[in-house]
Amino acid sequence: MDRPVNPWLHRFAVVCAVATMGLIGLGGVVTSKGAGMAVPDWPTSYGYNMFWLPVDQWIGGIFYEHTHRLYAAFIGLLTTILAAWLWVRETSGRARWAGLAVIIVLVAMLGHRGSGNATGGAASIPMHFKVLAVLMPVLVLVGVAQSVRTRGAWRWLGLTAFFAVIFQGILGGLRVALYQDALGIFHATLAQLFLVLLCAIALVTSSRWQGAFSKSGQLPSRHAWMFGGLTALMLGQLILGASMRHQHAGLAVPDFPLAHGRLWPATDAASIELYNHRRSDVREFKPITAGQVHLHMTHRIVALALVAGVLMAALRLRRDANTPAGLRQAATGWAALVLAQAALGAATVWTNKAADVATLHVVLGAVSLAWGALMSLTALRLARAHRPVAQSQDVPENDIAGRARPAVQGA
Amino acid sequence: MKNLVLTLAVGVLAASLLPAQAGDITGKITLKGTPPAAPQLPFDPMCGKLHTGPKNMPWYVVGKGGELADVFIYLKDGVTGKKYEVPAAPAVLDQVGCEYMPYVLGAQTGQTVRALNSDPLLHNVHPTPTVAGNKEMNRAQLPKGPALDHVFPNQEVFLRFKCDVHPWMFAYVGVVDHPFFAVSGKDGTFTIKNVPPGKYTIEAVHRKTHPTGKGETKEVTVAADGGKVDFVIEVK
Repeated sequence: MDRPVNPWLHRFAVVCAVATMGLIGLGGVVTSKGAGMAVPDWPTSYGYNMFWLPVDQWIGGIFYEHTHRLYAAFIGLLTTILAAWLWVRETSGRARWAGLAVIIVLVAMLGHRGSGNATGGAASIPMHFKVLAVLMPVLVLVGVAQSVRTRGAWRWLGLTAFFAVIFQGILGGLRVALYQDALGIFHATLAQLFLVLLCAIALVTSSRWQGAFSKSGQLPSRHAWMFGGLTALMLGQLILGASMRHQHAGLAVPDFPLAHGRLWPATDAASIELYNHRRSDVREFKPITAGQVHLHMTHRIVALALVAGVLMAALRLRRDANTPAGLRQAATGWAALVLAQAALGAATVWTNKAADVATLHVVLGAVSLAWGALMSLTALRLARAHRPVAQSQDVPENDIAGRARPAVQGA
Repeated sequence: MKNLVLTLAVGVLAASLLPAQAGDITGKITLKGTPPAAPQLPFDPMCGKLHTGPKNMPWYVVGKGGELADVFIYLKDGVTGKKYEVPAAPAVLDQVGCEYMPYVLGAQTGQTVRALNSDPLLHNVHPTPTVAGNKEMNRAQLPKGPALDHVFPNQEVFLRFKCDVHPWMFAYVGVVDHPFFAVSGKDGTFTIKNVPPGKYTIEAVHRKTHPTGKGETKEVTVAADGGKVDFVIEVK
């Protein structure tokens, strides 16, 4: 018998995950509108504490970038509450207070933003944020390692999410302050992984995960590997997409299904010069290169592979009578998502990267990734759920993979 | 007689020691073919109020006879390796009606490129150089606020300025390490002043017809009274 879960904890985790999808959408809008550098300084905003920037200054691109920052702070708040809740739930005594102290100290450091002069550059970043920029990725790795060591203890998942959201904010700020387009790629990728983590927390805190899955029948572990492999490929596809977007060169290939009028576009110097000459966009993107054309075509090929892979996975599950009905339906839903995402990709090209279409493509990509990750976790749990569990008076809480683990004695 | 010969000899010697007279290179740029229509500038409501009607991107400013403006012309070869005095006066970019004016500007390495904001709106001034050593910056500029100065130590054609608050605003600065450059006017003509006599390679670069910055080159010989070279740029 599993330990009962507070349904409000699960509901709050769901709220965090859904709210994060909104933030990914807002971030997509910022890039699609070319507004990523509209607020030149960080962590201040035009010299103000970001919460006090006068509303009459929210003009043009500033509106998108500033609301993105404010909403990101809100997501940080939700994640902080979630992390603290999970930590308090699973710890007692010194371990509890130590964890809460870490959370409080980090939040206090973030709250001190200094005063800026509305100018970018490394000199504009307060020293403690530079320290956090080095510390946070280390803490994220510590959180991941502890999560693995404790076999997915919820408190460490929560703390990892807390460290990750701070790191994500710092990445976004450094991208602006240091004029580094490449950091935008990491910022976009971490956003997707953060969403997956929050969705995983929402899943494992559900009563369904705790009880009903174990009664849902058995599933070969190869299904978990199949979903996991497709999800990993999907993550690779998202990284390709982020790389394309954050080079700020616009569409390297302006037509679909052909590419510069051919099945495979020419990428010699004269052709690239001609492609650049033909571009007509008020956004005046940077000139495209042969490498960017290759990146775009790779993104198309991986998209084809994903559509084929996910469709085949869904068909395989439909034919397997032992597969729980819920998982079969989820696989069908995933296939529908991937088909819609492919259609949006085509639409992004046809509309010359219209901001709303391109942003929807980003959001649906994130949802597809999270969906695949949840299916992978569920399949893994089902694969292990039918294994015999040692009888004991100490009823352990099942870990993220459905394996029994000892009762918690502190951190 | 001896005195006459001596005087003539001194005169010839003195003349040979005088610096050669510098001349101007003049010319005209003409566009051949019909340029594609430029999209309309997507002004937001605040910027829209500063205009009486729609405006298009200033990609092709072409006269009735094909005269092409905003072509950056500069000496590419024959002037490298020498040091030239940096002008004290800045090259000036202004922000007027949510547009950079001028769209194309020339400057020398080390010369101040000064950004002004004549608009009643906040802008960002964000140069995005691609040549190593030229520093990227991004600074807010309040309405009618203090000038923002930039100095670029390395040659770069074209160095882009943008405003991230108003993402249609762009200007392109041709930065070269000598003073022999010009930007063609609305009548398509240009003048590069005070060029010492000699043989040079001259390049003409237009933002849209040469999007990667590689323009059209010609050889020009400059005599004491200057030189002349015309370009015909074809729409591809």
